[in-house]
Amino acid sequence: MLGTFARMPNNSGPDRSPVRRHALGLAVAGAILVAFGFLSLRVGALQVDTGTFWSAIADYDRGDTGQVVVRELRVPRTIAGALAGACLAVAGALTQGVTRNPLGAPEILGINAGASFAIVMAVFVLGITAPAGYLWFGFAGALGAAALVYAVASAGRGGATPVRLALSGAVITALLGSWTAAVLLLDLETFDEVRFWLAGSIAGRGTEEITLLFPIIVVALVVGLAMGRQINVMSLGEEVAAGLGSRAGLVRAGAWACIVALAGSAVGIAGPVAFVGLAIPHIVRSLVGPDYRWILLYSAILGPSLVLGADVVGRVIVRPSELQAGIVSAAVGAPFLVHLVRRMRLAEL
Amino acid sequence: MTAGLPAPSLGVLGIVAAAFAALVLVLRRNRSAGVAAGTLRWGALSVRVQWRVLWLSGAVVAVVLGLAIVGLVVGDYPVPAGQALATALWDRGGEFEFVVNSLRFPRVVVAVLAGACLAVSGALFQSLVDNPLVSPDIIGINTGAAACAMTILLVGGHPGLLPVAAFAGALAAAAVIFLLSWRRGVSGARLVLVGIGVNALLASVISFLLVRFPIDQVGAAAAWQAGTLAAASWSNAAVLSAGLVVLFPPAFLLARQLRVLQLGDEIAGNLGLSLERCRVLVVVVGSALAAVVVAVVGPLGFVALLVPHVARSLAGTLTGGVLVLTALLGAVMLLSADLIAQRLFAPTVLPAGIVTAAMGGPFLLAILRRYNRAF
Repeated sequence: MLGTFARMPNNSGPDRSPVRRHALGLAVAGAILVAFGFLSLRVGALQVDTGTFWSAIADYDRGDTGQVVVRELRVPRTIAGALAGACLAVAGALTQGVTRNPLGAPEILGINAGASFAIVMAVFVLGITAPAGYLWFGFAGALGAAALVYAVASAGRGGATPVRLALSGAVITALLGSWTAAVLLLDLETFDEVRFWLAGSIAGRGTEEITLLFPIIVVALVVGLAMGRQINVMSLGEEVAAGLGSRAGLVRAGAWACIVALAGSAVGIAGPVAFVGLAIPHIVRSLVGPDYRWILLYSAILGPSLVLGADVVGRVIVRPSELQAGIVSAAVGAPFLVHLVRRMRLAEL
Repeated sequence: MTAGLPAPSLGVLGIVAAAFAALVLVLRRNRSAGVAAGTLRWGALSVRVQWRVLWLSGAVVAVVLGLAIVGLVVGDYPVPAGQALATALWDRGGEFEFVVNSLRFPRVVVAVLAGACLAVSGALFQSLVDNPLVSPDIIGINTGAAACAMTILLVGGHPGLLPVAAFAGALAAAAVIFLLSWRRGVSGARLVLVGIGVNALLASVISFLLVRFPIDQVGAAAAWQAGTLAAASWSNAAVLSAGLVVLFPPAFLLARQLRVLQLGDEIAGNLGLSLERCRVLVVVVGSALAAVVVAVVGPLGFVALLVPHVARSLAGTLTGGVLVLTALLGAVMLLSADLIAQRLFAPTVLPAGIVTAAMGGPFLLAILRRYNRAF
């Protein structure tokens, strides 16, 4: 796996320029995203006919229940899902690039667990109920967990190998998870409120969180996407990167800042949705090759598609009830992790 | 959050802290004392003895006994210390028969046995992978048990099925992990990563169960999931001792092979160790130990993770003697965790798993410090 990681970009079709190929690819990815976005607006417990659906978008009438459902529930939900998916996928791609580790992803590294633990603490222990207050705790938790996981994984000889990173992430996740559970067990009322969010849900998210986080997400996404070139150089290895004039420390700091901002925002919006950050960059890499400029861009488009897709599936399979997007994505993503691990060669573990 | 909780009572914390302090003092003094190992002969029989490990184990046994006595004496219902001991040991049918012999004594015994089983299970897995962060609760075995048992609990199955479901779930999870990580043999690293994946999948099953059912049912299930000794009984103790009797001997035999395995696959193979058979057996014995415990006390975390690490840092690589020490330290940890869980916010009783999880935080810092002196 690291072999493919370090491979230089190669343009497989000599007769087609990469830009043209990617223009087509990005158009397809965009079409997928639009399709899932459309499904997310269209599908749900309440059947909405096509006429009502279009008038909800174009000619909104508050009196019509179907239109209200589409406009007031499904539109914010779709935006939340798209933002969370883009954040997670780009954060995952950045993590994999900057750690040169195929298992780098916010959920593997315990970043999601850190953010959700901090938010639960802020809301239910410190009693901070305004999103403007508790969302900051999400970032702090994401940062703390990432730092701790990385420190534990790189302690001792050999540095942070994929196994060590995944293991220390799993341990920190378990630890933070049981601390969260401990707080919730003491107070069933709180537990009742928070259990849906903890399952990774984009249903019923207030617009307040999204409005607050939107500028942060946009800045982090833009910076993250712009870092593709630096990440490419980083992925050649630290020494080569230094030789090529890259300021590794600066790039790494910038990338981690983006990762924490993106993962923290995603948890703030959707709760700990797992495996988007792991799976999407891998799928993208197998499609477009190892060039991070493109991996990041495609991840930003396909990540939202996965979250919206998971959410739509969750709405359909147990209708009229629904499965949280986080549960669906974990059910799909965990087997993907197993598949990935089985494909890796032993020496890389 | 803690509106419903009474103020913490620190008495029992003091007792446990004193026990730990005594232990640390003894272990510290003994850090580099005496002959490392010797051989005891008795006629044709001989046994190799690590004196230091023997001496450490003796000290830990004393602590276990001390904590067990505290466990018999301390509780909501006041029982004089002397009478508590008398009732437990010889005075059957006394005034405190029910409180001591039906509530406290089995709980203490279950804590000792479950702690020992978990710690040995963790030691086996950690030596298999040669990483201090592996344990059955991280790679999905406990989660498998929890997913199965919580399903039974929530769909309203017979409560008697709970331990059976937990046991079956743990073994099924272990089997799935093992089969999925089989690819021309099983490597420890692949086993761990596959385990993390399986764990994530099972965790999503649990979070599905948690959002699917009404909160009053979910609360009970979540409390069970944290791991609690509140329902400990003599029949639980019997189950655990049966597991211990069956599984400890193979664990001891495996300890020797694991030492060879840690030299690296190539050397171990050249020394004539059958690598795959050894790994299969370690996974089977380790998972079965964890499964027995989960069936009785729920998926109690962090004992299997923490204790083997402590034992190793005290006594070195895994030998039969170190395995005994590990088991005893496991008993100390679970006993003290359960005492704290019972008494810290008395009369509110916490699940013991919450206390072991709280102990997990300092543990990670300790690992950091140990492996990275600059911390």
